[in-house]
Amino acid sequence: MIPETLKNDAIALALHTHEPEAITGGHNDHNEPTLFIARDRIVPVCSFLKTSQEFNRLSGITAVDWTPADPRFEVVYLLHSLQRNQRIRLKCWVSEADLEIESMTGVWRSANWYEREIFDMFGIGFRNHPDLRRILLPADWEGHPLRKDYPVHGHKYSYQNE
Amino acid sequence: MQELLAHTDTIDIVPSQEDTRRHRMTLNMGPQHPSTHGVLRIVLELDGENIVSATPDIGYLHTGIEKECEVKTWSQVVTLTDRVDYLSNLANNLVYALAVEKLIGDIEIPPKAQWMRVMMAEFSRLNSHLVWLGTHAIDIGAMTVFFYCFREREDILRIFEMFSGQRMMTSYIRPGGLALEPPRGWQQAVGKFINNFPSKVDEYDELLENNPIWLDRTKGVGMVPLEDLLDLGVTGPLIRAAGLKWDIRKSEPYSSYEKFDFEIPVHTENDVYARYRIRLEEMRQSTRIIKQALEGMPDGPFVADSPKIVLPEREKMKTQMEALIYHFKIITEGYRVPAGEAYQVIESPRGEIGYYIVSNGTSRPYRVFMRTPSFGNLQALPDLLEGRLIADSIAALGSLDFVLGDVDR
Repeated sequence: MIPETLKNDAIALALHTHEPEAITGGHNDHNEPTLFIARDRIVPVCSFLKTSQEFNRLSGITAVDWTPADPRFEVVYLLHSLQRNQRIRLKCWVSEADLEIESMTGVWRSANWYEREIFDMFGIGFRNHPDLRRILLPADWEGHPLRKDYPVHGHKYSYQNE
Repeated sequence: MQELLAHTDTIDIVPSQEDTRRHRMTLNMGPQHPSTHGVLRIVLELDGENIVSATPDIGYLHTGIEKECEVKTWSQVVTLTDRVDYLSNLANNLVYALAVEKLIGDIEIPPKAQWMRVMMAEFSRLNSHLVWLGTHAIDIGAMTVFFYCFREREDILRIFEMFSGQRMMTSYIRPGGLALEPPRGWQQAVGKFINNFPSKVDEYDELLENNPIWLDRTKGVGMVPLEDLLDLGVTGPLIRAAGLKWDIRKSEPYSSYEKFDFEIPVHTENDVYARYRIRLEEMRQSTRIIKQALEGMPDGPFVADSPKIVLPEREKMKTQMEALIYHFKIITEGYRVPAGEAYQVIESPRGEIGYYIVSNGTSRPYRVFMRTPSFGNLQALPDLLEGRLIADSIAALGSLDFVLGDVDR
């Protein structure tokens, strides 16, 4: 289902013809095309955009925590095409009950660290990721700091009695 | 001999009897290593002098800036963006301001503020490239260049201080315009610098161009094919040194860059030397841009006419009730930004820097994701090092030009 504002967008149309079930919504706010993609179709959609729509760069991947909404997390893929000089944003919803999404490392190698960062900061798992470890925090860290229920201030340990 | 070794802790790294000829050593480069310019740890697996594998270990400088953004008001976040990358803080200020202005929508930045932003961003590029050139040369053994570069950098920091009152954490570019009116006599200060600087760039060029050690250590080192660089998310001078003419200032112009006349330097050698040539040429181009900004600086206000976002003038606060109320509201509660999301990208000295900002309509950002160029570029490090000599690692590492604060955030 192509959103009303992207009816004339060549990329959205091409994607819709190739993967009719994948697009679940989207918008074109601030002239930045954004498409919601079904979670299990994200890798085929991205490889289609890379191979036949010239989206040769993955600018970055990030996530947003929309607690208490369900599904809770939004994984955001920021794609860029050098030939077309265009950017597009893809989004997938990941629920807390099934905190996993397919890894994008097979399409772009740069996804590696971004996915590790999301794993570290939000606790979202990536299936078939070659090296899914924490990246910024120590390996024995508890919790995922960029979740909204993680406190901003305060220490778990008291350093005064040591 | 074996019995003796069994009692030592080093047993792991001592070769076993049958494997004495093909022994691999694991070496920790960093976290405190002078050539990493920060706290980066690289675990190198060595076969003699050859690097078999290189694994970067980051996070030593992680300060949770993205998390902290979520509890600060929109105007307070500006000070955090300074601290992401201490060498190009004005580029970070600029991309944040542009992203927030995109979300606000109905705000028009006056031409003077836009040109001033361009000028300051180019100064920030000069600042960053000068520190890079100085430290990269000192890594490779050319000591003098360091002092020359820092001499000019000092002039730039003085200009920053003149404009914003701060040498490094300027917070000069803010949503809605600039922080302060450009100071009296700024034209003279900038003009003096711009007149002298091109000859200084020639000086660095001369110092290094005829230095056989520099040439031997940089030419043909650290080459990675362009496709791999793109696949790994590398941006900026590294991509241009690999032959791709891509600069966001030209391809997606922001802040009236389209009105300036400058070239994008491109090389095809794709080695450390080409990256040095690119950055040197970029310094010359930045000088050109600053010169145009100085000569054609438009008149007019330096902030947008939107009293709900921009702090009022000090004088007006003492005479006008509305100004006092707006000031009170902005400082205590902060201004609200319409719900939505925006991804703004600019060309920083290190490459593509993008801020993905999500607002839920309150006076604090809901999420700020910083796509920093250093993080993207550092991912290419294993490709740059593996299969090459350990002696080349310093030159290859330096050519990436990363700032660890920018990597870890």
